[in-house]
Amino acid sequence: MPDLTRSRLTPLSSLPPAVPGVSYSAAPAIARLLYRGSDGAVAAGAAFGVALPTQPCSSAIAGDRATLWLGPDEWLLLAPEYETLAVQQAIAAALPGIAHAVVDISHRQVGLRLDGPRAAAVLNAGVPLDLSLKAFPVGMVTRTIFEKAEIILWRTGPVAFRVEVWRSFAPYVMAIMAVA
Amino acid sequence: MRTGNGGRVDRSRRINFSFDGRAYQGCAGDTLASALLANGVHLVGRSFKYHRPRGFVAAGSEEPNALVDIDRGNGRSAPNLRATQVELYEGLVAKSQNRWPSLAFDLQALNDLAPAGLFGAGFYYKTFMSPRGAWHRLYEPFIRRVAGLGHAPKLPDPDHYSQRYAHCDVLVVGAGATGLAAALAAGETGAAVILADEQAEMGGGLLDERTASIDGLSAANWVGATLARLAAMPNVTLLPRTQAFGYYAQNFLGLAEKLTEHLAAPDKSQPRERLWKVRARQVLLATGAIERPLVFPDNDRPGVMLASAARTFANRYGVRPGERAVVFVADDTGYGAALDLHAAGTEIAVIADLRTAPSGPGFEAASGTGLRIMPATVVTGVSGNLRVSGVTLGSLAADGTVRGGEKIVCDLVLMAGGWTPAVHLFSQSRGKLAYDSERQIYLPGTYAQAAQSAGACNGTFELAQAIAEGHAAGAVAVGTPGTRSFAVTGAIAPAGGFHGAVPHDRNPEQVKAFVDFQNDVTAKDIKLAVREGMHSIEHIKRYTTTGMATDQGKTSNMNGLAIASAALDKPIPDIGLTTFRPPFTPVTFGTLAGHSRGALLDPVRQTPMHGWAAANGAKFEDVGQWKRAWYFPKPGEDMHAAVNRECRAARSAAGLFDATTLGKIEIVGPDAAEFMERLYTNPWHKLGIGRCRYGLMLNEAGFVMDDGVIGRLAADSFHVTTTTGGATRVLAHMEDYLQTEFPELKVWLTSTTEQWAVIAIQGPKAREIIAPLVEGIDLAAETMPHMSVREGSICGVPTRLFRVSFTGELGFEINVPADHGRAVWEAVHEAGVPHGLTPYGTETMHVLRAEKGYIIVGQETDGTVTPSDLGLDWAIGKAKKDFVGKRSLKRPDLVKTDRKHLVGLLTADPKVVLEEGAQITVEASPATGTPALGHVTSSYWSETLGRSIAMALVAGGKGRMGATLHVPMPDGGIAVTVTEPVFFDKEGGRINA
Repeated sequence: MPDLTRSRLTPLSSLPPAVPGVSYSAAPAIARLLYRGSDGAVAAGAAFGVALPTQPCSSAIAGDRATLWLGPDEWLLLAPEYETLAVQQAIAAALPGIAHAVVDISHRQVGLRLDGPRAAAVLNAGVPLDLSLKAFPVGMVTRTIFEKAEIILWRTGPVAFRVEVWRSFAPYVMAIMAVA
Repeated sequence: MRTGNGGRVDRSRRINFSFDGRAYQGCAGDTLASALLANGVHLVGRSFKYHRPRGFVAAGSEEPNALVDIDRGNGRSAPNLRATQVELYEGLVAKSQNRWPSLAFDLQALNDLAPAGLFGAGFYYKTFMSPRGAWHRLYEPFIRRVAGLGHAPKLPDPDHYSQRYAHCDVLVVGAGATGLAAALAAGETGAAVILADEQAEMGGGLLDERTASIDGLSAANWVGATLARLAAMPNVTLLPRTQAFGYYAQNFLGLAEKLTEHLAAPDKSQPRERLWKVRARQVLLATGAIERPLVFPDNDRPGVMLASAARTFANRYGVRPGERAVVFVADDTGYGAALDLHAAGTEIAVIADLRTAPSGPGFEAASGTGLRIMPATVVTGVSGNLRVSGVTLGSLAADGTVRGGEKIVCDLVLMAGGWTPAVHLFSQSRGKLAYDSERQIYLPGTYAQAAQSAGACNGTFELAQAIAEGHAAGAVAVGTPGTRSFAVTGAIAPAGGFHGAVPHDRNPEQVKAFVDFQNDVTAKDIKLAVREGMHSIEHIKRYTTTGMATDQGKTSNMNGLAIASAALDKPIPDIGLTTFRPPFTPVTFGTLAGHSRGALLDPVRQTPMHGWAAANGAKFEDVGQWKRAWYFPKPGEDMHAAVNRECRAARSAAGLFDATTLGKIEIVGPDAAEFMERLYTNPWHKLGIGRCRYGLMLNEAGFVMDDGVIGRLAADSFHVTTTTGGATRVLAHMEDYLQTEFPELKVWLTSTTEQWAVIAIQGPKAREIIAPLVEGIDLAAETMPHMSVREGSICGVPTRLFRVSFTGELGFEINVPADHGRAVWEAVHEAGVPHGLTPYGTETMHVLRAEKGYIIVGQETDGTVTPSDLGLDWAIGKAKKDFVGKRSLKRPDLVKTDRKHLVGLLTADPKVVLEEGAQITVEASPATGTPALGHVTSSYWSETLGRSIAMALVAGGKGRMGATLHVPMPDGGIAVTVTEPVFFDKEGGRINA
């Protein structure tokens, strides 16, 4: 029987070409867990090792883990891929009898990183939000749209963004970025 | 006709271009208009209705006449471009429009000689009334051919277009003196400023100034210095060649930026235009004013133009638009134009001033220069057909009568009728206009949005005041009010003006004095409309079409209003004002479509196994946004042969199918089962962990909305599947109920459609094939029966393995994390090939499920079908207290026995395959108008059964079993027998193997 644990195919195999002012890279495979339920948010954050932010549209990072606020009772938890199961178990153990949900969506979406002074302008080809540093500071994260695709947009640096997009929409998003 | 020096063109760089096939040369910096005038060409178009020869009226975006077609070849063509806005580039090819066979000799110019009234106001409604029906056959095609503008391109547009959202603190529209000062004031505070201007070069009217200076700098140098300061500010975005065309709600404006239109050899990878979708905290309108023509007989002859236009051509482009000019003024700026043309070397034959006692700095300067000035004098006629050759003057008496008439030879007539503030965008913003009765102009009144107007568009015509107003508005926009004064010398401001039809001594029935040049509306037409009962401007406008052309009446609206006002003897504001609508100037469709065309019209979604299917010859079909493998033809096979082979394989060995696109929703939380109980018709509380159930979802009206197999993973966790097309709708429906009706339930919904790649293996050998690859799951029929789900691994990859079937065969659906889908698919395929495993597509899936009578929501249902109609009463939890749609199922209409029921149909001739959608009747050849009993919903050739099968919705179908009905077709009725809709393995032995 073949072992296919390392045989993978992502839709980010061909990225938009870098142009002056912006370059693209694929975020590595990662554990993505969608945590729901505000009752256990504090305990879940403690178990995860990164607090779940309560400030809307904010994020927190500690080491190789991050938590992204997506809604009043919804957070995206990012961790190294090999920890997917351990994180789920840790949260379950920390929340006995407290209503919550943790769903593995590691493969549902992919992470595309944009770097460079033109990154915001390229994103604004499809994102209707104000991406100035004043309105969308480093660390801000939100669900929004890029043209006809839903994305999660996370500013990771003054000229660096991460776009999380459902895998089948990634080619569409990248094709528009390439001609933006 | 080029002046010796001055202007903003580069005389050393000659540019070759052609107009109507003739070669010309212009200079770098020219527009097509200035270059043609430099070559002495005034005749550039034929008018819309009368095909009268026309020349340039204006020098900017308000130009009504000089519409040209620019063709770059290969589909890169655009009609109706204003020659005054087309920047010259090497090799430009322009053509005039609306003429045949040629511009100078146009046969349809006979329209101009037609009896008065034939083409007058409302002629559409009067002339083409009968015979009934001729409108579509005869009149409309004829009118469309002869009346008209340019031709739409026939080839697909090869260019691409870009779009950009932008936010700013202040959007300044218009980069004339006012706009520049405003941008400066706002930009200096560090605020985010966008400055947009329709012209290639920013500066607006300052670029036309010969004598004006600002703060000691010439107007042009002040523009240069100001632009340099703005360009050095990182917070200021300068957008030249950018038309702010639409002002929408909440300070949202549409800007069309031309990126490559002015280039001889544009880089094809660059977008042609970019649509800016700007959201501004404050909008600052500095859109200036538009000069009004004077409405006198034959005021449309080539060589009759606005005084401001002549001034622009002379001062900005170094072009003399004529050798000898008559300047007809009602406003002091006309004298300025006369002086500028005089300085450029054009002889000023006379300045005819409509006013009895002219005054003002322009008048004084012209008098001082010794130009001949005739007060109380009007132009009563223009001679010359293809070009002005002279005018007739008349003296205007105090009682309004005119006595003629000195004839003056000239080749240029300038009109200075006064200035109309450009309030288009303000009006689009839903701001309320206020009428200034003293100056007879509409000005911004009450603002509906966070905006300010400054400068000429606000009625502030005097240059020093306009700049100061712009600067102050810019400061206010960023919350730091302050005033600054600017020292201006040598500028002549608008003062005076005239509205309406100029009096003359000619027979009013025989002359044409144009109000709307582009739509060929004359003063006579408006008066006629009033006489015929049109008393509101909304009616007058539609009856005469004044102001309804592509220029939207930029030069004509106020004159039209004034003529109607005089005819009705009512003040102008009582007649009303038509609404200004976007776009300010026409915007090409490509710009509005942006990225959304061709391959990017809509996202094209592909599954992780798409590449394998493509490499193995699959044909694809579109299912929503998804591409699904339709069938896998082998060399020489058509669709039927391929589908038959695929069906045989699935029934005899096994088939492999990509089911990834099915919607998947993970429902988790202590109240998950209760939530399922309320959203689906079936009972869920007692479904065992590791077991699956077919779920049926209704809408509130009791009609079937979706279905799918649902597995229980844990006490508090369900794995729901939906139809491919229903995934988004079902999740939204669930969220809607959860958030609005059942907020007390502790349950959360997460779409996992794309988390899992789903590999369906169906057929008697399915278990045998996958068994060696699966770990941690006992696949034996006793431990893993039909409708169960287990978690384990396959080829080392974690899997949710479902034992389910949409074919009636023993089957599994292998869910693996999507990244692994392709590799696992290939491994299963490789393991199965020795057993006869055959990949199949959606067509075979449809046939196999139809043989078993399994419905497809959206094919057997159309939003009006109940579970009972489908024979799915068994899927309804009778003991359940409630579920969405339950109450509606009791409605009298939904329990009638003659509703359409799902049945099977077998044709008398087994080789005949019915058409899906075909109607069903009792008789073979029913009389026309006979209502149908229903229609065929699914119909296939069943290779398994060696005959055709069909499903249908038939009125009272459950009571018609065994009956013969007919499917009437053009070649005659097809006899069918009504049966149960299950054709194969009714006992279900195979599925439980």
